[in-house]
Amino acid sequence: MTLKLDKRLELHRMMMLIRLFEEALEEMFSRGLLHGTMHLSIGQEASATGACLALDKEDLITSTHRGHGHCLGKGADPFKMFAELLGREDGYCRGRGGSMHIADLSNGNLGANGIVAGSLTISVGAALSFQMQKKDNIVLCFFGDGAVNEGSFHEALNLASLWDLPVLFLCENNQYGMSMASDKAVAGESIASRGNSYGIESIQIDGNDVEAVFESVTNFKNEILSSNRPKFIEAVTYRYRGHSKSDRNLYRTSDEIEYWKEEKDPIKRYIGKLIESGVTEEKLKEIDEGVKELIRDSVKKALDSPMSPVTNLEEDSYA
Amino acid sequence: MPELTAGQSINKALSLILEKNQTAFLAGEDIGIYGGAFGVTEGLLEEFGSERIKDTPISEDVIAGLAVGASMTGSRPIVEMQFSDFIVNAMDPIVNQAAKLHFMYGGAVNVPIVIRGASGAGTGAAAQHSQSLESWFCHVPGLKVVTPSNAQNAYDLLLSSFVDPNPVIFMEHKLIYKVKENVTLNPIPKDSSYLGNASVAQEGTDLTVVSYSNMVNVVKEAVAMKELQNHSIEIVDLQTVSPIDFETIKNSLIKTKKLLVCQEAPSNSSVGTTVVSEVVESDLFNVLETAPKLVSGLHSPMPSAKHLESTVIPQKEDILNAIQDML
Ligand SMILES: Cc1ncc(C[n+]2csc(CCOP(=O)(O)OP(=O)(O)O)c2C)c(N)n1
Ligand SMILES: [Mg+2]
Repeated sequence: MTLKLDKRLELHRMMMLIRLFEEALEEMFSRGLLHGTMHLSIGQEASATGACLALDKEDLITSTHRGHGHCLGKGADPFKMFAELLGREDGYCRGRGGSMHIADLSNGNLGANGIVAGSLTISVGAALSFQMQKKDNIVLCFFGDGAVNEGSFHEALNLASLWDLPVLFLCENNQYGMSMASDKAVAGESIASRGNSYGIESIQIDGNDVEAVFESVTNFKNEILSSNRPKFIEAVTYRYRGHSKSDRNLYRTSDEIEYWKEEKDPIKRYIGKLIESGVTEEKLKEIDEGVKELIRDSVKKALDSPMSPVTNLEEDSYA
Repeated sequence: MPELTAGQSINKALSLILEKNQTAFLAGEDIGIYGGAFGVTEGLLEEFGSERIKDTPISEDVIAGLAVGASMTGSRPIVEMQFSDFIVNAMDPIVNQAAKLHFMYGGAVNVPIVIRGASGAGTGAAAQHSQSLESWFCHVPGLKVVTPSNAQNAYDLLLSSFVDPNPVIFMEHKLIYKVKENVTLNPIPKDSSYLGNASVAQEGTDLTVVSYSNMVNVVKEAVAMKELQNHSIEIVDLQTVSPIDFETIKNSLIKTKKLLVCQEAPSNSSVGTTVVSEVVESDLFNVLETAPKLVSGLHSPMPSAKHLESTVIPQKEDILNAIQDML
């Protein structure tokens, strides 16, 4: 698959947006502007970007605690995300959800989830709706390597396979679930082989190669719709930051982190590839400047927006 | 007498248990090299090795289930759920298995396990990481439920929970991990008779406030406010919320004749409603001078924003208002 230039620049722009969004959050956190913790996906931008940009607006995603990238990839407005983290009325969840619980239904994001593997069974239900309503769309379910050891992972895969549901399971294997290395936590051959064991075609890909992710998701989406079978992708990637803000990174070496930053960084690698194929540095600079400006404006607008009013929260708990 | 947070005193208790009892072991997520999500198990892996400090995959169902099976066969597991919210993923082994096996099998087996988790709100962790689910377990015969409020009782209650022959749910409020106090490092008790005892955290004569877990500390702050300086308020810290020590509550009410209960959890079917109903169903009904009152968390999931979170959790001002209304 050769991607059109526009699409390729879009992939680059989205990865930059995710990275700069989260770097801005880090900065706000260190200034004491944010209450609570957050889980940053810095280093993992290619899987969120490649996957989300391969979907249509009407396709749905379910997301995780590390969900800022998925949310932006699916078209969320960074201003409304910043506003959410700052507890503002204009936030996606009016300050009730925060970093770990942003949902953006208008763009097909069924929501981030603070419970590991919490969204797997939900994605199966959403895919069942698509099947029953005869829609030509899929549900892409993001989850981490840590989620594959929860019972709900296995129940979800089994049912999706039995019922031929249009769901694409996408495991972002960043090689650790908090401090637990996935090769110490996952029995058997690989995470992808677990998909196969439920009769679901499964592949392992380089999750830091944004075009590889984009192409795999595009192909699998087409196959899901033509064959009515779920699919499974294990995208291997790496997180640079600690698990959350309180992580001292004792379970891995700084050499390992440096290696991934230097040799495997998804944004750096893609810039190299774009330049090699004739995209000018000026063009990339222009895109990056645009992203920086968007982030700056969004932060400012969010900081200027009103706090979420204290309403009757007991009433708000029910529809 | 070392100055410790509740996290550190629990660490000392765990260390003592592991040292004195070779069949004891710990299992849970990130309890090894990470030292636990809240640092409670820091250093134990180095001290006792990976045979006894077992880092598990993210699999709460089997963490609780393995504790049940291991305890039936001569081991003494203490397992961690990290945030106690994740205990929801382990309800079958706890509620349908651990709680019932001793009774269902006619006393043929015991299930001596301790299941620890960090409960409560106040850290901006939002709806899925801030709950106070203790009353869920109070509803289940066969379980004991323990809710320390400070570093000293966390230490003592954990040792007693370990000694107890029943499954114990041990809820550690996150905010007690932040407060230091002098802790007496008592030896492991011979029996678990300390469980099921409330403690009178402050003596008084005008009104009794019954509370538990971190809310005891908020009550103490409220009672210390200058508006109440001419009043004498008694504070009863339940310490164990199943079973509840009604004897201590009763003795206090005979003296004060006024009951206020304060808890972080919502009131529907809660520890607080149990305390109130037990009191008004008893002879104490005739002793009370005013209707009992309950100050609880709102019946709402925990919002993430700080200013919304603090509307859901009772604040010292709410408690002060309730006390002033009743005096
Ligand atoms: C059911 C449940 N258990 C434990 C946790 C605590 N926790 C949050 S994220 C996490 C690690 C998840 O690892 P993974 O799925 O690989 O995602 P990653 O953090 O690496 O993106 C853990 C243990 C949780 N949120 N939910
Ligand atoms: Mg992971």
